[in-house]
Amino acid sequence: MHTKAFWPTPRRLGYHMNWIGLIAATVVCFWALVAVIGPMLSPYPPGEIVDFDYYGPISAKLWMGSDYLGRDIFSRVLMGARYTVGISLAAVCLACISGVVLGMTAAVVGGWLDTGLSRFLDALNSIPSKLFGLVMVAAIGSSIPVLIVLLGVIYTPGAYRFARALAVNINTMDFVTVARARGERTGYLVTREILPNITGPVLADLGLRFVFIVLLLSGLSFLGLGVQPPNADWGSLVRENIGGLPFGAPAVLMPSLAIASLTISVNLLIDNLPVKIRDRSE
Amino acid sequence: MQNLVEIRDLKVQARSDAGRRIEIIKGVSFDIAEGEIVALIGESGSGKTTIALTLMGHTRPGCTITGGTVRLAGRDLVAMPEAERQALRGTEVAYVPQSAAAAFNPSQRLMDQVIEVAQIHKLMSPDAARVKAVELFRALALPEPETIGQRYPHQVSGGQLQRLAAAMALIGGPKLMIFDEPTTALDVTTQIEVLRAFKSVMKLGGMGGVYVSHDLAVVAQIADRIVVLKGGEVQEEGPVEQILHRAEHPYTRELLAAFEPVPYASASRSEAETKRPILEVRNLVAGYGPLGRDGRPHKLALNNVSCRLERGQNLGVIGESGSGKSTLARAIAGLLPPVSGKVLLDAHALEPEARARGKEELRRLQIVFQLADTALNPQRPVGDIVGRPLTFYHGQKGAAREARTDELLDMVRLPRAMKHRLPGELSGGQKQRVNLARALAAGPEVILCDEITSALDTVVAAAVIELLKELQRELHLSYVFISHDLSTVQAICDDVMVMLNGEVVERLPADRLQGGAQHPYSQLLFSSVPKLDTGWLDSVPPRAAAL
Repeated sequence: MHTKAFWPTPRRLGYHMNWIGLIAATVVCFWALVAVIGPMLSPYPPGEIVDFDYYGPISAKLWMGSDYLGRDIFSRVLMGARYTVGISLAAVCLACISGVVLGMTAAVVGGWLDTGLSRFLDALNSIPSKLFGLVMVAAIGSSIPVLIVLLGVIYTPGAYRFARALAVNINTMDFVTVARARGERTGYLVTREILPNITGPVLADLGLRFVFIVLLLSGLSFLGLGVQPPNADWGSLVRENIGGLPFGAPAVLMPSLAIASLTISVNLLIDNLPVKIRDRSE
Repeated sequence: MQNLVEIRDLKVQARSDAGRRIEIIKGVSFDIAEGEIVALIGESGSGKTTIALTLMGHTRPGCTITGGTVRLAGRDLVAMPEAERQALRGTEVAYVPQSAAAAFNPSQRLMDQVIEVAQIHKLMSPDAARVKAVELFRALALPEPETIGQRYPHQVSGGQLQRLAAAMALIGGPKLMIFDEPTTALDVTTQIEVLRAFKSVMKLGGMGGVYVSHDLAVVAQIADRIVVLKGGEVQEEGPVEQILHRAEHPYTRELLAAFEPVPYASASRSEAETKRPILEVRNLVAGYGPLGRDGRPHKLALNNVSCRLERGQNLGVIGESGSGKSTLARAIAGLLPPVSGKVLLDAHALEPEARARGKEELRRLQIVFQLADTALNPQRPVGDIVGRPLTFYHGQKGAAREARTDELLDMVRLPRAMKHRLPGELSGGQKQRVNLARALAAGPEVILCDEITSALDTVVAAAVIELLKELQRELHLSYVFISHDLSTVQAICDDVMVMLNGEVVERLPADRLQGGAQHPYSQLLFSSVPKLDTGWLDSVPPRAAAL
């Protein structure tokens, strides 16, 4: 039995994971891999017109057909993965990390810090996200770092609200009171007592927020304020080829499938994260 | 005549998260005759609730009935389809849960919830159900039976809510009632009222009943027969008198022995008189809510409380919920800064707020909370929980910290391998030991024990008390022991302080508790402690209305 190669399955590492989680993890890893090495595999440069027909069908030469200008969709999807996955992931991490850290600190410290921070972020939350994005990109100009920071800032208040609500509940538990009575500082309370008890819901929130960011990024790209042509993320691929929808063109279907598979997989993965097996008596 | 319930060779299995199957009920058989109340007694994890639930054909998630039969009035609940079982629940068999507060929907009026069973099974019209409910309220000795149904769950007390839960179970006119530790969460003075109400309705209706409990004295009042369980097997079975006076099985004897209060006096009694007290509280006033114009908080929880604790001795604080005893512990620990008054540790005044106190002062005074479930961080292994005060107060790291953690686990009689477990994987008694080990890790001189044995069953609680005494001898500790359970206070304390509505009503040495109480409230409190005697409940006069 153990002469076989030690392929690290979840069970062998002491974790239990159901098959939905496994499938979702595979899809997410696949797109992450594509984001890294995809452009190296693309058969044509993404900006080059290679077909005389527009909205061309799937063929041996063009694996996913051609777009409204006759460019190769397969190459463009591979290239778009880098923007969609990369920018959204960076932005969602930025939003969730800052939101959760601020939220937990506000809940633990309370008082004026809590009130001030909550009101400020509520004010930020009240500005419509698309409008805020438009104004900021128009003012600063579009580049990838600007997009990441902008999307991060737009989604921080939501993450803050969510984390604070969770942390306020944990904060009233006796073990936090014990730590307080021991004389522990805020940093310890936040990282060791509160954080481990809210990671589950916070990760679920991260999955949802990731989807929102993909959608907002697509919206900005459509308006010409996101990723700049000839490059494109998946959202802009869908928007620019939307005219092919009546013909059932693969040019619009393929990027849509890519968005759907990524966002659904991220959510399924987060709902079905591996659980550590605690049954020690086996 | 056929028995109301016949359980034969019942087996229940549970599945662990690694897919392993564990047999938790290993072939249990017993009968309940018509109109008989059978008590299921045993420590936590003995399978008593699991058996009680099978009487409704129900198992908790992850558990399955794998063998045997459960016959209710001749029909086998195990073989029956789920739809038929549903028809039986509420009409033939009804359930009164441990925590009535969790069993009521806080957003609906009590009356609507009580008559819901009658509506689901279409037993009678809503008006008829309401009339019947009022009759039940009266039978259960609830105050204002005509109008109490119009209130919401938060507007009645815990003991009243428990009786309303019984009314909810009784409205369908069941033949069998299941009581799942219905009085465990109540004060002794409330428990007596609830027990009396239960006993009279059961007598009146002539119903059969199952009473799940770990408290032998409570069971002695209400049951006809006792079934003693351990590890999913019946250990002993017999009429109450026989179990109480001629118990044969060692486990049953252990249960009975845990009941005998062992009078306790610490060794250093005489010499302690001359020394200065290790902890002294002077005229403490504390409460909740904003300060009023007179400089007092909106809701006063402690009013001018003073007490002193000599080095190496123990002070007991008793009183019912809301008497301010837990607030006293919080005020001493600096978690709820008092409005006025002083806390002196070794004749040195402490700052009112824990944040303002020095590390050394915090170290010498540790607090242990009642519910080990919430007092231990569920996401951190036991080793981390116990080791943290070592790092925090003594700067120990790495191997030194590991070694000391092992010593502490030995000290509280836990296996060293427990270090890697999470709190959720331990039993109630083990959790409370971890809770204690964490306080000991600091190397304290005074430990404030806030109801630390209240959530444990009798045998486990007795073991924890023994442990506290041993530790005291070895480490020269002093305890402030807060409890509503008189026998545990008697077992460990030198002096006892009785609290009512935030004030100290009486101070007594522990050995004069029974006869020496002067204040009527202390007398009531002492007389409400159930005794191992079947006639005790009927001999106690009903609570004076004046109190």
